[in-house]
Amino acid sequence: MFNQAMSPEWKKGSAELLLLSLIESVPRHGYEIGKLIEQRSQGALRFHAASLYPLLYRLEKRGWVQGKWVEKAGQRRRRYYNLTAQGRKVLAAQRKGWESFVLAISRVTGAENA
Amino acid sequence: MPEWKELVRRQLAELRLTPEREAEIAEELAQHAEDRYKELKLSGVSDAEALRLALNEVLDQKAMASGLRDVERTDVPEPVVLGAGAQGHFLSGVGQDLRYGIRTLRKNAGFSAIAILALAIGIGANTAIFSVVNGVLLQPLAYPDSARLVNIYETGADFSHSSVAYPNYLDWRRESHSFSDMGAYRNDDFNLTGSGHPERVSGEYVTASLFPVLGVTLPLGRAFRPEEDRPGTGCTVMLSYNFWQGRFGAERTILGKTLTLNAMNCVVIGVLPASLSATAQAYLPIEQWTGAGLRTRESHPGLRVVGRLRLGMSIQAARGEMEAIAKGLAQQYPATNASNSAAVVPMKDDMVGNVRPVLLLLVGAAGFVLIIACANVANLLLARSAARKREFAIRAALGAERWRVVRQLLTESVLLSLGGAAVGLPLAQWGTTLLVAAAPATLPRSGEVGIDVYVLLFTLAVSLVTGILFGLAPAMHSAKTNPQESLKEGTRGAGGGRHRTEGIFVALETCLAVILLAGSALMIQSVWRLLQVNPGFTVSHILTMQVALSPKAMASPVGIRTALQQLVQRVEMLPGVQAAALTSLLPLGDSDSEIDFWLGNGPQPGPERIKTVVFYVVSPDYPAVMQIPLLRGRVLTERDNLSSTPVALIDDVMARQIFPGVDPIGRQISLIALGTVQIVGVVGHVKQWGLGSDDTNKIRSQVYFPLLQIPDKFMSSGVTALTLALRSKGEPLSFVPSVRAAVAGPADDQPVYAVQAMKDVISGSLAGRRFMMFVLIVFASVALLLAAVGIYGVMSYAVTRRTNELGVRSALGASPWQIVGLVLRQGMGLAGAGLIVGLAASVMLTRFMGSLLYGVGAGDPLTLVAVTVVLGVVAMLACVLPAKRASAVDPVVALRCE
Repeated sequence: MFNQAMSPEWKKGSAELLLLSLIESVPRHGYEIGKLIEQRSQGALRFHAASLYPLLYRLEKRGWVQGKWVEKAGQRRRRYYNLTAQGRKVLAAQRKGWESFVLAISRVTGAENA
Repeated sequence: MPEWKELVRRQLAELRLTPEREAEIAEELAQHAEDRYKELKLSGVSDAEALRLALNEVLDQKAMASGLRDVERTDVPEPVVLGAGAQGHFLSGVGQDLRYGIRTLRKNAGFSAIAILALAIGIGANTAIFSVVNGVLLQPLAYPDSARLVNIYETGADFSHSSVAYPNYLDWRRESHSFSDMGAYRNDDFNLTGSGHPERVSGEYVTASLFPVLGVTLPLGRAFRPEEDRPGTGCTVMLSYNFWQGRFGAERTILGKTLTLNAMNCVVIGVLPASLSATAQAYLPIEQWTGAGLRTRESHPGLRVVGRLRLGMSIQAARGEMEAIAKGLAQQYPATNASNSAAVVPMKDDMVGNVRPVLLLLVGAAGFVLIIACANVANLLLARSAARKREFAIRAALGAERWRVVRQLLTESVLLSLGGAAVGLPLAQWGTTLLVAAAPATLPRSGEVGIDVYVLLFTLAVSLVTGILFGLAPAMHSAKTNPQESLKEGTRGAGGGRHRTEGIFVALETCLAVILLAGSALMIQSVWRLLQVNPGFTVSHILTMQVALSPKAMASPVGIRTALQQLVQRVEMLPGVQAAALTSLLPLGDSDSEIDFWLGNGPQPGPERIKTVVFYVVSPDYPAVMQIPLLRGRVLTERDNLSSTPVALIDDVMARQIFPGVDPIGRQISLIALGTVQIVGVVGHVKQWGLGSDDTNKIRSQVYFPLLQIPDKFMSSGVTALTLALRSKGEPLSFVPSVRAAVAGPADDQPVYAVQAMKDVISGSLAGRRFMMFVLIVFASVALLLAAVGIYGVMSYAVTRRTNELGVRSALGASPWQIVGLVLRQGMGLAGAGLIVGLAASVMLTRFMGSLLYGVGAGDPLTLVAVTVVLGVVAMLACVLPAKRASAVDPVVALRCE
């Protein structure tokens, strides 16, 4: 669940972007994705399995990510997700959209504060 | 560490994902939960707390389910998990059940194959027997509106169903009103000459009314006209369909052609339909028969009367009327008809009534085989239901209703039984052919036996009922499963009831197998005892055949006598033939012949002083050929002819019954129509009526009359069906060609037919019992085999289940022998229970075999002991393998499993 500081609505809007960006350069498995979100947001953002995996599956179904079972020595096999070509385009578009959105917001809110 | 995957899977079940997808997601989430759990532990959280947290996170049921449902649902196929979506119509989801059932059975090919094979044997046996029952007992006779057809017999003091005197038939037909019409016929054989080799054809003399009464439609020509059935008119003949096809190449131009039958020129006027189930080849109007027996009320020359009841007329009313008519005739003709009445019997009952009990017995036996097969398959299903415990538990946990689970399981078992039927049908086809081939010639309507639509419907019905029958117990058991219990790893519970049911099934199988074994053992004993019966003559090395004289010889009584004497002489001169003789009647055959007589040489007394005896007309050497022992007096000789005093031999039964304490030699008796004869010898009794039934027949006394003393007026009719019997030095059948040539004579115009070795006549007389014995042995063997498989299956499963216990026992010092004893005791206990119930039941049930048994009773101790031994040995063998395996259990291995 979300920390008190962040409202669920925000997270919903940003969740896809978070996931896609985390696997942009390197394939990761679900647990790792969840962990990274938590670490990099310094605990501000946390995804539970119950929302993380349905989201992953949805993205996979849309053809943006692709899951693959990978076995590593001494470990059980895990499912790693990487970006598809389509996912890359979506990520770029979303990132752009997010940036202009954040910019617009900060302009509005920052102007008052400044 | 918990079994993550299983826990996750349970949460997913409600989503009804495809199994592959479910497995994939479960694995991924399980991995996640495990990672989380490990991490929590590393951070110092207690084991229990880590477990709780990890589980909570991953298995936050509502959130996970709703999250996944949104994603996954769009492409979820029609749910295959039982118990869901069954609202609405009661039959909804049957297709689903079927698909799932087929898949399940296919996945367990070995199990399915064994079950289907067992069922195929059971269903096949029942179908085969039913096809016989259907053809013989159930189907109406092949005549239109055949339910109205009746046979009418004369009844007398000694006979409940005697053939009819022709004048009586004429009076019946004229005076009765219950029938739309009556017809009559008698079997006879005709000499067909004039077109090449002389031929003996089987035939019938019929009244012109017979075929209209039966309602047959002719494929060619017409039936006899009433005016053609009068004395002195030109001879006409009708042919059977097969005879027309086989002998005359189905030529339609046969109509109007002339055949020479018994030296009469007869014009062919019609061909009978193939459906007419008669063995005759040619039919002549009865008034063409010149036999003296036709005109007298004394004579009952094998005439059979058929009537067609008027529409709406009850058989009781017809009976009442016929009895009244017979009473009137008795008053009018007291000398011949005083003690006679008439009996009216539905034609079909008359035809098949005798075989009904036997066939019903076979139905019962086949039913037992099917029940045994069912019990076996039910046990297989029970054992398998243990393996499927989890499946049912998950379904129940998902909210599947109990009846829905039961329905799925019943669908599977019905699928199995339909598979059994599919495999069983070819088996049945083969079995039916075998049954008809093995059936005694006396089985009526055997030509009508076959697999038709009724048989197919029967098979379908049987397999459906069977499927439900053997599926019900396992299904109820499975449905009762407690999901919480079953989902726990390694539970061994919830099996108590099942093992009890298995035990009951095995005991039931054993019990039924015992009944079949007892039945077949009784049949074997009966047949064996019958074969030990002394028939009163020496069976081996006797050849018998019917002979017919040439038309030329038949022209005068003197010619007949000379021809017969020469015929016997020619045969006796053949090398290897020790003796030859002619007789009017052969023991143990299908035919019979009786004559009325009274003591002394006075005029015919009242009916109360007239007695009936079995009557043989024989040439002098007949007792020598048959080796019937002479007990007193002398045998017949060539000098007992028309110019000497009429004489006769009697058998010792007659000597004891008619002349108790007196020497019968020299006494006189008067034979009706033949006159007074002097008894010159007493010979041994011959079992005329059958090896088993002769002792209980009403008429047992026997009289032998010399052929050469038959008066001229009876000579031509008396020799229509003479049998030649000869004693040979080697295998009797090897003499057939030479004897055939000797009988045919210099002009090659005297045919022989119905050639049989006497030993085959005897075995033919046992054909019915042999048949029953054969079928019962087959059924009992199958039953025994299935029961053994059942015992084996249950015992091996029990040993597997008790591996731990046996390991503990042997660790505590039980010797291998003690372990073996333990298993044997359990197995033999089950078999023993079945045996005891089966023995009791067999004593009660084999009573229904009554008339088939000879010399043994239903509760015959020897049989019961034999059955016990056989079953005990088989049960023991079935237990030995599991017991050996049990004794080989290594305690270390067994306990390590814990």
